[in-house]
Amino acid sequence: MTGIDAATDTLLEVARSPLGLLGVTLGGYQAGRWLQRRTNDHSLAQPVLVAIVVAGVAITLLDVDYPDYRAATELVAFWLGPATVALAIPLHAQADRLRGFVVPLLVAIVLGAVTSITSAVLLARWLGADRALEETLATKAATTPVAIGLTESLGGIPPLAAVFALAIGIVGAVAGPALLHVLRVHDRRARGLALGAVSHGVGASRMLRENETEGAFAGLSMGLSALAISVVLPILALWLF
Amino acid sequence: MILGLTWLIGFQILGEVIVGVLDLPVPGPVVGMLLLFVFLRLRRPPGSSSILRAGSGLLRHLQLFFVPAGVGVVAYLGVLGDDWLPISVAMLGSWLLGLVVVGWTAVGLERLLGQPRDDQPRAAS
Repeated sequence: MTGIDAATDTLLEVARSPLGLLGVTLGGYQAGRWLQRRTNDHSLAQPVLVAIVVAGVAITLLDVDYPDYRAATELVAFWLGPATVALAIPLHAQADRLRGFVVPLLVAIVLGAVTSITSAVLLARWLGADRALEETLATKAATTPVAIGLTESLGGIPPLAAVFALAIGIVGAVAGPALLHVLRVHDRRARGLALGAVSHGVGASRMLRENETEGAFAGLSMGLSALAISVVLPILALWLF
Repeated sequence: MILGLTWLIGFQILGEVIVGVLDLPVPGPVVGMLLLFVFLRLRRPPGSSSILRAGSGLLRHLQLFFVPAGVGVVAYLGVLGDDWLPISVAMLGSWLLGLVVVGWTAVGLERLLGQPRDDQPRAAS
């Protein structure tokens, strides 16, 4: 009996260690990829979504606090930076497709930034959200680090801004391509641009799997939208808040 | 592999330095991306070069790198409490409006400027 107890304790200890949590994260991701292959790329079978559910359930059952999990998996999160830099590679491969698209691209990005911010704030206000929540929702279309920084400068709740940005990214990865089809946006550049503008890097990760042009423009759109939102938000804030 | 990753991290560091010096409101990796784009346009390395191989390898697994931050969504679900309605409506509503505005503006201006390029995507899944 004591032998089994000791073994269980050891197992729990390893599962709660940074190594165990990394293993759960990678395992969940691989399960997601397996599911994606098995379901012939069903929209809901996004590896990021499956991995989040697996890791989320695991840390709840193991009674691990989120900040501890976050610290343990820093090794994985670190690569988001170099991977973001690498988004220049598909864009380079698709650079001749920029011809004749620069003006539509820039106008669409700026209008998109204004729309995202204004509509999020006004919808939240209409349904009775308080000011801190409005300020946190305003930045959700921007890539996570930008959303955190901007929310902080407005006076919102930075950790919640990261959660909103991630969540809307996943919504985009799941529903974006099908919805763009319904909206009859068939130009691959415009499709990438639209999803990158509202669902940043997570949206771009889905687009990269669909098509290289869509992925390249989603990556570019994520970068330019982050810039547009940062510039437009302080101006809109004068009027909105 | 490691040579390519070193290059990518080098561009990220350069991006961080520029963001810090010029006090830009965008993340360092985004500036690093634009710098790498300019570098690739000027140097045009062959497809077999280490930076292209390492970068493409990372991009294949881009979703993995969002998982640690994404688990925060699960951790925060309980905190949302009474505010779930304004949050979900504001999130989804403004996401949809943004998607429509960006997509239709880009397509509309393309047609207006006379350079439409309507390639058909495969049927939506």
